[in-house]
Amino acid sequence: MGKITKKEPFFWIAVSCGLVIMLLILLPLIQMLTAPSFSILKETIQDKDVVRSIWLSVYTAGLAATISFLFGTPLAYVLARSCFRGKHLIESIIDLPIVIPHPVVGIAILSVAGRGHWLGQLFSELGIRIMGSVTGIVVVLTFVGLPFYVNAVKTGFEGISPRLENVSRSLGASMFSTFCRVTFPLARRSMLIGIIMCSARAISEFGAVVIIAYHPMIAPVLLYERFESYGLKYSQPVAVWLVSICLALFLILRILTLRNTKNS
Amino acid sequence: MISIDNVSIQLGKFGLRDINITIEKNEFFILMGPTGAGKTVLLEAIAGLIRVDSGHIHVNGRNITKFPPEKRGISIVYQDYSLFPHLTVRDNITYGLHFHKVAGNEAKKRFDRLVEELNLSHLLQRLPTNLSGGENQRIALARALIVSPKVLLLDEPLSALDPGFREGLRKRLKSLHESTNVTFLMVTHDFSEALSLADRAAVMDGGEIKQVGKMKEIFQRPNSAFVADFVGMKNLFTARFCDTKAVIEDLEIELGRPPENGHGHIAIRPEDVVISREKLSSSMRNSFMGRVAEIMDQGLCYEVSIAVKDVLFKSLITKSSLFDLEVREGSDIYLSFKSMAMHTF
Repeated sequence: MGKITKKEPFFWIAVSCGLVIMLLILLPLIQMLTAPSFSILKETIQDKDVVRSIWLSVYTAGLAATISFLFGTPLAYVLARSCFRGKHLIESIIDLPIVIPHPVVGIAILSVAGRGHWLGQLFSELGIRIMGSVTGIVVVLTFVGLPFYVNAVKTGFEGISPRLENVSRSLGASMFSTFCRVTFPLARRSMLIGIIMCSARAISEFGAVVIIAYHPMIAPVLLYERFESYGLKYSQPVAVWLVSICLALFLILRILTLRNTKNS
Repeated sequence: MISIDNVSIQLGKFGLRDINITIEKNEFFILMGPTGAGKTVLLEAIAGLIRVDSGHIHVNGRNITKFPPEKRGISIVYQDYSLFPHLTVRDNITYGLHFHKVAGNEAKKRFDRLVEELNLSHLLQRLPTNLSGGENQRIALARALIVSPKVLLLDEPLSALDPGFREGLRKRLKSLHESTNVTFLMVTHDFSEALSLADRAAVMDGGEIKQVGKMKEIFQRPNSAFVADFVGMKNLFTARFCDTKAVIEDLEIELGRPPENGHGHIAIRPEDVVISREKLSSSMRNSFMGRVAEIMDQGLCYEVSIAVKDVLFKSLITKSSLFDLEVREGSDIYLSFKSMAMHTF
């Protein structure tokens, strides 16, 4: 690859484009984060509705990531290790939630969860409510977050040489022991990245959740409501808290797992 | 003892067809062949890592064709070492002991013996990532042998190493084979490795076994043009046979015997072709005058191509004989070979 020198006009085009992108990302974020005063921020975090909604957002996203981890890990492993007819089809199906517009996701889930559908009927007979419930929120968040987890972990598994597993098997380890002792520890990093990507995506979901469950209110819905009813000034502090708490959580998760990896 | 009977495997377009090999208990057996011949596939099939479509594999009289890899007692060592990067050298070596019922003191005895024999004691706390290729391959060997396998499969274990390490590890392999009662089956494409380690070998190409037998036999009596070419039989000609004579182009060669299993090929190893200034009149029945066409430096010796009429012979001679005989390109010279040095197939 050639090196770009400062003399070439392309260098300056690249620099200006880069600057525009940096401004686009950073300017609004910095503006929003610095707009509310300290006292308003303090007042906001004492608001029970705000705390409740942020907590709901965090733990429903966490549940979505946990479900993705439990169900997505074996699937990601199979996709990484085997070659079969229809594999590309399955991969495309997993990617579908990424490309479908968010409100459409809400409508689609509603169409099977409503009383008009036998599945919805079954759920309501079992006492499981999707509409306007935490269960419904978790279903939606899993739907939109799962592809991020599966793709990250699949890439991680693909990076582990199958020969390591072969050697482990030949030394007497069953498939399950091999997965626990070799594959899982080596894929841990990509699983962490998958969990972070999946929960980050889940926490940011608005369009689909607002259709399934306006109440109980997750943070983005509360944000929207505050904006609609009271205006920008009242929604900014909620946004600042949501962003800060998410960043802090991801940072802690990252530090914890990095330490574990070093210890082992 | 390993016996592989009529094993066939289909992997997409490639496949192994009707593989038959018998390897004696405690033997050091070599599998040779060009890249893509299917050597690794065969090893992995023996280890149970690839499903066999038809045929049987027996180890010590037990049919293990359908056994999962962990029930076979067959260890495998790969060219890229395949050490577990997240485990220390000690944990790598003792990995297999988790799955075998080995008494504590017996396990310790095995561990100490392997660490000592493979000179690994100073590395035990390290992670394999930062170690040299030779060190890594020694760790891989210890890890494979600590479970006392019936068979050890080695997939080109020396070819990724620097030449200096290679020689050392080759000696270690030989002594490990002598000090254990494990059957070794090793893939290599290095003939000096093969000759120094093994008694018997098989040559594979295109998913088929081309020849099985003693190392010497394969080198001296290749049974096909492919094997002859592969093992360096550089003088390989198509010939017509007539009684005890072979005719290449219009050059008549005396075989001294009727051709055995002659299918129109004759081969002579280049080191069996003798060059001289005068016509040799002794036991050499075949002596021809030719013209030196090319001299190629091959490091320790020279490969001289000599044209006799339209037939090009190759001879290997030392540097000193090149000077003594004043061999130059374009000069006329005699070449001779014993009838015993000729192989027909």
